[in-house]
Amino acid sequence: MPGKKKKELDKQQRDYFEYARHHEPKRPIVKNCIHAFLVGGLICAIGQIVSMIFIKYFKFTEETVGSPTSAVLIITSVLLTGFGIYDKIAQWAGAGTAVPITGFANTVASSAIEHRSEGFVLGVGGNMFKIAGPVITYGVVSAFFVAIARLIIKGG
Amino acid sequence: MLAGKQTWIFENKPCIISSATVGGPFEAKCTIKDDFDFLFGDLYCGEDSFEKAEIKMLEKACEIAMNKAELKNDDIQFFLSGDLINQIISSSFTARTLAIPYLGIYGACSTSMEGIALAALMVDTGFADYVMAATSSHNAASEKQYRYPTEYGAQKPPTAQWTVTGAGAVILSTEGKGPKVTSATIGKVIDNGISDPFNMGAAMAPAAADTIEKHFKETGLDFDYYDFIATGDLGRVGHKIVIDLLGQKGIHLPQDKFSDCGMMIYSPDQQVFAGGSGCACAAVMTYGHFFNKMRKGKIKRLLVIATGALLSPMSYQQNESIPSIAHAVSFEM
Repeated sequence: MPGKKKKELDKQQRDYFEYARHHEPKRPIVKNCIHAFLVGGLICAIGQIVSMIFIKYFKFTEETVGSPTSAVLIITSVLLTGFGIYDKIAQWAGAGTAVPITGFANTVASSAIEHRSEGFVLGVGGNMFKIAGPVITYGVVSAFFVAIARLIIKGG
Repeated sequence: MLAGKQTWIFENKPCIISSATVGGPFEAKCTIKDDFDFLFGDLYCGEDSFEKAEIKMLEKACEIAMNKAELKNDDIQFFLSGDLINQIISSSFTARTLAIPYLGIYGACSTSMEGIALAALMVDTGFADYVMAATSSHNAASEKQYRYPTEYGAQKPPTAQWTVTGAGAVILSTEGKGPKVTSATIGKVIDNGISDPFNMGAAMAPAAADTIEKHFKETGLDFDYYDFIATGDLGRVGHKIVIDLLGQKGIHLPQDKFSDCGMMIYSPDQQVFAGGSGCACAAVMTYGHFFNKMRKGKIKRLLVIATGALLSPMSYQQNESIPSIAHAVSFEM
């Protein structure tokens, strides 16, 4: 019946739900995992090469190379998003392009581009973190609790 | 004349004197590309936002339809239109340009047939001489509205559908040459508990099956009466389900006469998952492809059941299931 939530489905609806699920083409999970493994691994390998270049030619150390490497990956991802290529790779790669830092950059860049038509303040500014926002919020919240736990267990 | 509980039989058989369809760049590669009156080479249609692009497409479709019928804005008494953008702005802004008395309608992707059914009712009862009905959808504008930003890299499941970028307009009148609207079955809202917005086909199939069953029951017709029967945008997933559901009700539609606009519109090499969707899906297929076939005499009797998923981005985030509707309209040449 209209207005009922998922948990309150009557028998007919539950039967149909099962029946529809039976008809649904399954997500190719194994294939998706292989694609994600390959592309995610490739992005990490590129990151590794970039950081080695920074260490070898630009006098960065193991400790300091993280920031410039991330910056290169972020800029690349944002450019690919802007040129309309990132989402096409992502349909093939799935989690492979979503999990690395490039995926995070894509969420911010795509939202910013999408809402440019509503202006720079309310459009770009207000919507840029629409998808990335939850990641930041719960990232900070969980970091807080992990830090508390560490403080209690190890005593600072 | 009312037949049964929800079917209108149009005794004066209002005529579709003119129809026009426009499409976007992706539609320029689809199976019915030759049936479009105008194709935009760019997703923005020369505008600076997707929403404005959709308005431009709708205006273009209306303009072509009026040109074909050799009518001006003043000759048309009423304009009925609906779309998928919040507060149906594409339709209302087009009505602002056209300056024709306007009724905004919303039936999600069933709007194409809702518009024709209401326009036919107005013409049939003598409340208007010329009525224009139109609808539109835009892939990127719909993605923005219902899902994620266009360039966001989210992997879509095989049940997802591709919103058609396009617009369609028809002009109905009491007399003229063209397909005649003979009856319309207005569907009721049916909700079978599907809440996955990436599986609209499964959500809408029961509504389509219900309307088809009622149409045959109330008109007393047999499916053999029609040369072709098409649902709006159930896609491959919903199409299989609707065949099954109708089979359970004892209606066995022959496969060569029964298909779905969402399955027919794109060619197999266009990656659209389960098929096309959106207001424009049933509109461009019916107003363009099917009506052209009727004018050429290849189809004499046509039944189109446009299906709509009546959800909003808010409703599914609040875990509501997807209520669906389907309206059937029959055409004869």
